[in-house]
Amino acid sequence: MGFRRRKTEEAVFRVLMGGATAVVAGSLLLILGTVVVKGLPALDLAMITQTPKGGYYLGKEGGILNAIVGSLALAGGATLLALVLSLPVVLYLNIFRRRDSRFAVLTRFALDVLWGVPSIVYGAFGFILMVFLGLRASLLAGIIAVSLLELPIMARAMDEVVRLVPGALKDASYSLGATKLETAFKVIVRQTLPGIVTAVLIAFGRGIGDAASVIFTAGFTDRVPTSLLEPAATLPLAIFYQLGTPVPEVQRRAYASAAVLTLLVLAISLAARFLGRKLTKNTIR
Amino acid sequence: MFLLTAVPGALVFLILFGLVEKSRGVFAVKSIAGVLFGTAWHPLRGEFGLLPFLLGTLWVTLAAMLIAGPVSLLTAVYLSEYAPRKVRETAKPVVDLLAGIPSVVYGVWGVLMVVPLVRAAAPFFGATSSGYSVLAGAIVLAIMVFPTIIHVALEVFAAVPQALRDASLALGATKWETVKHVVLRKGRPGIIAAVVLGLSRAFGETMAVLMVVGNVARIPRSLFDSAYPLPALIANNYGEMMSIPLYDSALMLAALVLFAIVFVFNIGARAVLVRAERKAE
Amino acid sequence: MIESHISIRDLSVSIGAQQVLKNVSLDIPDRKITVIIGPSGCGKTTLLRALNRLLDSVEAARIEGTILVDGEDIYDPKTEVTHIRKKMGLLSQKPQVLPMSIFDNIAYGPRIHGVRDKKRLRKIVEKELRAAGLWDEVKSRLGEPASRLSVGQQQRLCLARGLAVGPEIILGDEPTSALDPLSSRIVETRLAELKADYTVIVVTHILRQARRIADYIAFLYLGELVEHGPAADVFANPRDPRTRAYLTGEIS
Repeated sequence: MGFRRRKTEEAVFRVLMGGATAVVAGSLLLILGTVVVKGLPALDLAMITQTPKGGYYLGKEGGILNAIVGSLALAGGATLLALVLSLPVVLYLNIFRRRDSRFAVLTRFALDVLWGVPSIVYGAFGFILMVFLGLRASLLAGIIAVSLLELPIMARAMDEVVRLVPGALKDASYSLGATKLETAFKVIVRQTLPGIVTAVLIAFGRGIGDAASVIFTAGFTDRVPTSLLEPAATLPLAIFYQLGTPVPEVQRRAYASAAVLTLLVLAISLAARFLGRKLTKNTIR
Repeated sequence: MFLLTAVPGALVFLILFGLVEKSRGVFAVKSIAGVLFGTAWHPLRGEFGLLPFLLGTLWVTLAAMLIAGPVSLLTAVYLSEYAPRKVRETAKPVVDLLAGIPSVVYGVWGVLMVVPLVRAAAPFFGATSSGYSVLAGAIVLAIMVFPTIIHVALEVFAAVPQALRDASLALGATKWETVKHVVLRKGRPGIIAAVVLGLSRAFGETMAVLMVVGNVARIPRSLFDSAYPLPALIANNYGEMMSIPLYDSALMLAALVLFAIVFVFNIGARAVLVRAERKAE
Repeated sequence: MIESHISIRDLSVSIGAQQVLKNVSLDIPDRKITVIIGPSGCGKTTLLRALNRLLDSVEAARIEGTILVDGEDIYDPKTEVTHIRKKMGLLSQKPQVLPMSIFDNIAYGPRIHGVRDKKRLRKIVEKELRAAGLWDEVKSRLGEPASRLSVGQQQRLCLARGLAVGPEIILGDEPTSALDPLSSRIVETRLAELKADYTVIVVTHILRQARRIADYIAFLYLGELVEHGPAADVFANPRDPRTRAYLTGEIS
């Protein structure tokens, strides 16, 4: 009696759980499927090796080389800048300061806030900085804005790994006479290298896929970027701008950009996983 | 190195300061309350009421979380407690893959599949819709949030010792009863954290929602109405920003409001988490 | 003729590629304390977990053979596993208190099985806390989280909790190994007293404990049931050389 009710409740929830999982799995399949179905046919050699021709990115011919190179350059630069800023922060927080010191808590709080800030705000702030520095919409301005976006993401991912380094390891290093600085770089970084690499790749993936932070700052162009001070095209904006046009050839470029971008991001995910495992050679368990 | 570590904190202040400075212009014309709660948005006439956008953001985010919360948690429970190990291990990287797909790609998919779906479904609910709606935005946003909540929830459940589940099972409880009374209870602070994280992610989204939500500056009256969330407002009007007086200030103010919400939310979330952790001794 | 409450026939368990139990056949006598002894890794805990079907949670486990409780085959696909488990109370090595108050911990089992009446629940809680020797220490703070108790108290709580569902059999998996000597003694004494009303099976590696409380001994070595019989007999005249070696401390 009461027992049948218990069993029924479990059965109901099992159905709900199955349904929920199906929804999640199904969504992924639908999204990837759409990208493949729409985007792969649009990908040919010409598409990825040529820049758009015939009018300010609305021309019917040419490809998306401008956006591919632009995105790689922009995300690459931004990730580098973010790495230079976040690695020292994370190392400092975990080595030179105690976990519960006021400074550490406040900095981590600041990082949490920055993590949650919508990318459009980074775009707006990037714009303010850009004007302040006398830059125009350019690769450099885009790099700055995206690096700000990537900073908290990279820092959080790195912090999670560096935090886990057992105190015993640090103590062993100190007791051998190493300074905190030496310990930081020679021991901690080595131990957490897989995690750091993964963090960098995650941030890169986020940065290359973001449109809102570059919409104000990087501009758009149909040329491959040749200088930091010129505007640069990016894949996300290529998709956004070109999808909205009624011209099918231009829309085709949008789908191709989506396919390239998705493939890039998936490749980065896989690389992160693979490298993470490979670099675990030197780590101590 | 210490100087560099001051960067995050400094950045928060710089952003705050920069946005405040740049939004000053609007306050010359209207009071804070006038702008925040004003319902008229006619930049050419100098009217900058942000209420429709605030409500638009609220509607879409809330609707998305109402979908994402239960679906993600149910999926996480299934994967953690019922699925065979092989299924769980293949599912985890797949879920993370979903997390990496860029916002614009979600947007493209949303335009191609979700918008027509909503348009077709609206008559069944007694409404007409172009498809570009709060609902479309919520659906796309919810899917973007799934991986975040699932990932954290899976970690939370994995941290519950098997011996604890065994203790409940040994008393004659069913698997589901064990999940309900032991696993979910033990994992409660973590689950709250997962949902909070998901909410953050939902809130921070711009592009995908922008592409499917309609971008009409009216207060939405139903799920099938179009809406205009704050991030979309800023992103869409970049071009005209400089040519209309005070428009740039108003948009910067919108950005400032977004920033302020994140800031306040983080403080609140932290307080809630600390209390939840203390209670779940 | 000793009545057997549990009959184990040709039980073989493998977990993954490893064979953990090989053809174990054993009768557990009713209302006596049976102690299973043997060196670590010999399969004692697996045997215990086979009895209340907790092995079901281990994906890689394969079980062959029969276990009869009160004549019922507990691995019969038609049997309801919660019904079997209700007959047995488990005390693990590390006390596993549920994330709730002291009262709710004890009331958890009865509530699951349909007892809703608050008065009845209160009576059960008091009765079992007394049986476990914990009542006086916690009676004024039943609403507090159980995690606040000391380890020794937690283990007694787990005992009370297990008794609250009205089992016939008590299973103890190294129940005092994680406890301080005083708590150890209290739990051990309680277990010994319980045999008046319950069949008790204890797994332990503490030989002295076995000597103190066992009515019946089963010696497992490398997954095989090497020897079993009344405690006095096995301790005084072990028949198998391996048993002798274990009892004298040569193998552990």
